[in-house]
Amino acid sequence: MTRAGLSALWSFWRRNPLQLFTLVAGLALATALWSGVQALNAQARASYDAAAAVLGEGRYDQLIPAAGETVAQDSYLALRRAGWQVSPVLEGPLQARQARVRLVGIDPLTAPGGVGPMTRSEAATLPAFLSEGVVFAHPGIAEALAGTLSQRVVADPGLAPDTAITDIGVAQRLLGRDDLSRLILAEDQPIGRPDLSDVAPGLIRRASQQASDIGQLTDSFHLNLTAFGLLSFAVGIFIVHGAIGLAFEQRRAMIRTLRTLGLSLRRLMVLMGLELALIALVAGGIGVALGYVLAAGLLPDVAATLEGLYGAQVAGGLQLDPVWWLSGLGIALLGAVLAGAGAFWKIIRMPVLATGARAWAVATGRGRGCQGAAALALLGLAGLGTLLGGGLIAGFASLACLLLGAALALPLVLDRLLALGEAFARGVRTEWFLADTRQQLPGLSLALMALLLAMAANIGVSTMVSSFRMTFTGFLDQRLFAELYVEAEDTTQGAAVADFVQDRGATVLPIQWVDTHIAGQAAEVYGTRVAPAYVENWRFIAQDGTDSAVWDRVADGAAAIINEQLARRADLWPGDPLPLAADRTLPIAGVVGDYGNPIGQVVIGEGLFERLFPAAAPERFGLVTDTPAALRAALQDDLGLAAGQITDQAALKQFSLGVFERTFTVTAALNVLTLAVAGFAILMSLLTLAAMRVPQLAPAWALGLTRASLGRLEVLRALVLAALTGLVALPLGLALAWLLLAVINVEAFGWRLPMFLFPGDYAVLGGFALLAALLAALWPAWRLARTPPSELLKVFANDA
Amino acid sequence: MLLRVENLSKAYPGPEGPVPVLRGVGLQLRAGETLALRGESGSGKSTLLHLVGGLDRADAGRIAIDGQDVTGLDDPGRAALRRGTVGVIFQQFNLIPSLNVRANIAFQARLAGRHDAARAARLADALGLTAQLDKYPEQLSGGQQQRVAIARTLAARPALVLADEPTGNLDEATAAAVMDQMLALVAETGAGLMMVTHSPDLAGRLGRQLHLRQGRLA
Ligand SMILES: Nc1ncnc2c1ncn2[C@@H]1O[C@H](COP(=O)(O)OP(=O)(O)O)[C@@H](O)[C@H]1O
Ligand SMILES: [Mg+2]
Repeated sequence: MTRAGLSALWSFWRRNPLQLFTLVAGLALATALWSGVQALNAQARASYDAAAAVLGEGRYDQLIPAAGETVAQDSYLALRRAGWQVSPVLEGPLQARQARVRLVGIDPLTAPGGVGPMTRSEAATLPAFLSEGVVFAHPGIAEALAGTLSQRVVADPGLAPDTAITDIGVAQRLLGRDDLSRLILAEDQPIGRPDLSDVAPGLIRRASQQASDIGQLTDSFHLNLTAFGLLSFAVGIFIVHGAIGLAFEQRRAMIRTLRTLGLSLRRLMVLMGLELALIALVAGGIGVALGYVLAAGLLPDVAATLEGLYGAQVAGGLQLDPVWWLSGLGIALLGAVLAGAGAFWKIIRMPVLATGARAWAVATGRGRGCQGAAALALLGLAGLGTLLGGGLIAGFASLACLLLGAALALPLVLDRLLALGEAFARGVRTEWFLADTRQQLPGLSLALMALLLAMAANIGVSTMVSSFRMTFTGFLDQRLFAELYVEAEDTTQGAAVADFVQDRGATVLPIQWVDTHIAGQAAEVYGTRVAPAYVENWRFIAQDGTDSAVWDRVADGAAAIINEQLARRADLWPGDPLPLAADRTLPIAGVVGDYGNPIGQVVIGEGLFERLFPAAAPERFGLVTDTPAALRAALQDDLGLAAGQITDQAALKQFSLGVFERTFTVTAALNVLTLAVAGFAILMSLLTLAAMRVPQLAPAWALGLTRASLGRLEVLRALVLAALTGLVALPLGLALAWLLLAVINVEAFGWRLPMFLFPGDYAVLGGFALLAALLAALWPAWRLARTPPSELLKVFANDA
Repeated sequence: MLLRVENLSKAYPGPEGPVPVLRGVGLQLRAGETLALRGESGSGKSTLLHLVGGLDRADAGRIAIDGQDVTGLDDPGRAALRRGTVGVIFQQFNLIPSLNVRANIAFQARLAGRHDAARAARLADALGLTAQLDKYPEQLSGGQQQRVAIARTLAARPALVLADEPTGNLDEATAAAVMDQMLALVAETGAGLMMVTHSPDLAGRLGRQLHLRQGRLA
């Protein structure tokens, strides 16, 4: 019986390969988009980590030696043995022809921040990598290095200028050293490990600082991308839902027969569940592979970097993290369950004997009536959730309610819009066209919902990403305009650094601050040496006078600049008096956007700062110079600064922006892909409907419309529906972006990203959506236009 | 001469080569004339009507309507013929499902540019459809649908009415009413009527009767 049931179920797919294809392709595409975004996220993170390791700055705390000393290999081993998760870094100068190269050695096996989908290389390939000794170098020095070293040199534009990176063992050999420069501390450390001072006395723990700003920004970016991945997945699930629903509906007779033949409902459910699970696993596998190829294809340079660094093979023999595989398959299964739940429920409730297709249809019709109520309820919930707020979960729940509610409301909204058009239409053809379009809505609604979600996700994400880019670029330019940042060990060394650098013609910008409370808010007060670079780079979101007037007053100690967080929390704006100390208030001259920083900041002039806080002295300095590499070398060679004390902020910024730019490109590609998936959904729906179309259109043809014009109208219909859906998608997408930037981001990170609008981008997107609809409609319309008259005439024959 | 058919032939593809259905059919119909077309099921009556109505192409022969040869017309030409000159009533499934009865009745007349709301209302009344005007085809019985299709054709006032067993699923009284309306149109506008029917009664009300047998008229 079971076997007979299985073969009966399977025979359905054999007879309807198109439906099986739709189901598998929908699930696979959904999974591919989801895992593609995951891979993208992981790869981008891994790139940051690589950058962090190379540039000595990042999301991680570090252990650095005292001035003029290095870390002994033994200290590293002792720390590892004691359970500390540390990774060694060695850096030093290397002469390659005329170029002076900063060679950085890292250990791919212990470098923190895992590499996502790319597993670390298998033991078998690692020795090969180590013995072969690949050196990655900035393109500017790659040639010079290749001429000097016996190792294979690979140019990598992702690296900072004058920098090369290789395995730590190779670096030690090349630099002729057996010690280490610093150790990177992984974020998660095992509990119960011995005190640092016991295991490795003499090492100083330095907290990650500047980069925490970037870290928060990137985390926020990745959170948003993940939300996008989920959305793309949802678009695919709509297709799957449609395909499963259709297949189950068409199998009703068979299911009834099987049940009257004695197959129990439970066994039938199990069989159909197994069938669906099998399909989901196959589709999920295809999807994971597709997603990986997608990510690797879209991010070739990042992939190449990782491939080289970590020995993961990108093309050919993929080396995938099992967790990644499993999560991909898991999400495919989950999607199938979500999409199939309704169909299963219907089967369970289906009486064995009822013959009425009519009863079934009535039940379906009643369901459609409930749809409006459900949509309203969901949209109401989304509004309530946003208004009342309350955590990240509430934010995501609002997001889900909004999207689902909008999707459910779409057919009803489209129906109303078309009815409105009918009321205003002049001309019999237009009226008929609109009426006929309305009649097609139920059959197309799932595909149109998919299109709605795809477009809304695209509008939302492109708004988010572009807003992000504008904010991020501006913020980095503003905050990290100095080429180098130096951290002194104490004020004496700080003074020495300042003198040394000033003698060499670079501008020194001391960074000094005190932690305090202002207007009841935790805040940092910065004493700033006003320089032209500030005037050029800082951008105010609110200000009193011109940029230079603001800075002049700050330099004179006559006014202060505060950040947005403080301005919003304490409701202080330009012109308001700022209570700086018990006996001191200053007028506020400007407010600056400050992303990725949770607490308030006040900027005052250096002179006033020294008078107000005489105990503070600068230990950090920004250095504005035309020759950062030379200055860095001089600071290390002549002044004896450890490499870890100097941060090449410009290079870090450049690298971060590079990774962002690539991510933006990839998001654009993913956007197009999501639309393509929606287009695929439309195509599949149109093909499914095609058989039903002939009887609907034959009367109009007989009354004097040509087949060609009927075909054209089919295309026009798809375009009109896509355009109307786009009209609904625009506000939905903007609401989505707003939720991501102003609610979810605030809940997750405590600050709000400004939202910019990009009408040009939306127009292009609308163009793509129309193109997708056009391509989807073309083939079914062409087939319709070529239907032989005898086919059409069969509709009217009484033996039909 | 309203309609002149000469030597018309049509074959359909069969499993063992083409199966001839019409073999050299010829007939003439003057304006204001009515003609009953009879013959066994499968004798090719519908096929003949379709060819004359510009719905399908003949393999050989000639059809002229109002002196114009329509055999060689291209797709748009045939569509124009169906819109403006001939009105075809099929055996069933005539209506446009997305339009209500009122819009269905007006459809062909509006396409032809001859819409007259008063006339449409009068036809609906005469065929007992006034109560159904706002309903959609799927809400009507087969007989009601057929009456809507007839009203639609008559509302458009075509020069040539081609009806394929239009009263097949109507009761006798309704069939008689339908017949009255068709003959009234012929009397009023001088249209020609060619109607396929199995009913000797109805055929008797028409001016001429032709039998289709083995692909030829007798
Ligand atoms: N599209 C078609 N393809 C093949 N054979 C057809 C087609 N249409 C009609 N026929 C055949 O042509 C013959 C005549 O059909 P038809 O004109 O409908 O006859 P009638 O209307 O007199 O019953 C029948 O044998 C029918 O099976
Ligand atoms: Mg017939």
